[in-house]
Amino acid sequence: MLRLLSFTLFIATWWIASLVIGDAKLPAPPAVLSVLVAEARSGALFINLGATLARVALAFTLAMALGSAIGYLMGRVSLANRLGDPWLILLLNLPALVVIVLAYIWAGLTEVAAIAAIAINKLPTAVVTLREGARALDPALDEMATAFALPRGRAFRHVILPQLAPYIAAAARSGLSLVWKIVLVAEYLGRPNGVGFEIGVAFQLFDIPLLLAYSLSFAGVVLVIETLMVQPFETRLTRWRLRAA
Amino acid sequence: MQLEVNITGKSFESAAGKRHDVLDNVTFTLNAGEVGVLFGPSGCGKSTLLRILAGLDGNYRGQVMCTPGMRLGMVFQEPRLLPWRTVEENVRLAAPDVDDGRLSALFEVLELSSHRNHFPGELSLGLARRVALARAFAIEPDFLILDEPLASLDNALAGRLRDQIATLVASRKMMTLLVTHDVDDAVRLGDRLFFLSPRPARILHVETIATPRATRGEPDINEIKRQLSQLDLANM
Repeated sequence: MLRLLSFTLFIATWWIASLVIGDAKLPAPPAVLSVLVAEARSGALFINLGATLARVALAFTLAMALGSAIGYLMGRVSLANRLGDPWLILLLNLPALVVIVLAYIWAGLTEVAAIAAIAINKLPTAVVTLREGARALDPALDEMATAFALPRGRAFRHVILPQLAPYIAAAARSGLSLVWKIVLVAEYLGRPNGVGFEIGVAFQLFDIPLLLAYSLSFAGVVLVIETLMVQPFETRLTRWRLRAA
Repeated sequence: MQLEVNITGKSFESAAGKRHDVLDNVTFTLNAGEVGVLFGPSGCGKSTLLRILAGLDGNYRGQVMCTPGMRLGMVFQEPRLLPWRTVEENVRLAAPDVDDGRLSALFEVLELSSHRNHFPGELSLGLARRVALARAFAIEPDFLILDEPLASLDNALAGRLRDQIATLVASRKMMTLLVTHDVDDAVRLGDRLFFLSPRPARILHVETIATPRATRGEPDINEIKRQLSQLDLANM
């Protein structure tokens, strides 16, 4: 109910603003909606959204898997931490644009270059978060697992992983928002499809309704994924906390 | 089953690089069906000794010999349960092969039957201790280590838990090693009492209680306690 009210308020503000500023700079909601419907009818909207989503999914999975493994290792093994730390600081502070441009120069304007560039941008934040998680592991529970001779796999699944879960969730949450932002830049600079590419086209043609249509549908997809996938996942992970007295 | 402990020393280096001796000579053997009690002042190195015996610390001088394939059940001073698993899951995780009947019986003895599906965060310390005990007994251990299982519980609760431990210890022929500060607990639960010196710990005196645990009545217990109180541990 509250969400609906919030949404209505957004549309109303937009409409009033467009009346004040003028249609040329900020088209009213119906104009954007008609472009959105046209794009959806031709199928271009879904192809572009699909291409962007596929890139997000691939880059996100790659960065999370690799970042979690590296972060865990760096948190547990001090040699790995000393070796990896300078690289980590470098990657953390490297601007996304530099990574994307270099990736396109070195690997060509290819899908591999785009996905790798997005993944490399997200990787260091996952590493840092998971390293903190691995450092915060409770040694008392490790001792318990050793004393009871729990096999490595079982200990990892039942003792280590639940302790890392909040950190994995945090890395996923912040990483996903980072990937959403970077994927459009990568598409804008070097892909022939996707939301970022369409926004680039709209920018060059100064086609504001098209620009808004793609931006808003992209925002809508992000919202749906956040509420339907990320949030329920987080709730499930912290189930035991909620019930605790 | 037998445990042969022959530790000649244990020390560690502090952050400042200074060497601290924690254990001196600690030598004893423990046989199956026997309950040994480690009795000594706070901070004398009992927990360090337990960690060595549990195989959690391999950095010491001397040796600890036990029968290969020995199963260890350990009750730590803090319960060390997994907060994200229920009571039953915590026990089954350590003892995947435990059958339902045995588990139910164990929960019955420890009065945990109604808490099976609770998370550890919902339990009091006394209950959490009992879950830790259930976990240690569920694996049907050959060697059971109990690190102050009755500490910081009120008298009535400690007394009940002590009786439950006595029942469970008597139900299985295993080696048991108990750490306690309380003479009363030591005399009621133990067969042989090892009196430890202040740090670095060595064994000052071994008291063997001749009367079997099952037939030990109140007069026997009071008599043993009286004799123990006459020991001059400070000058040994």
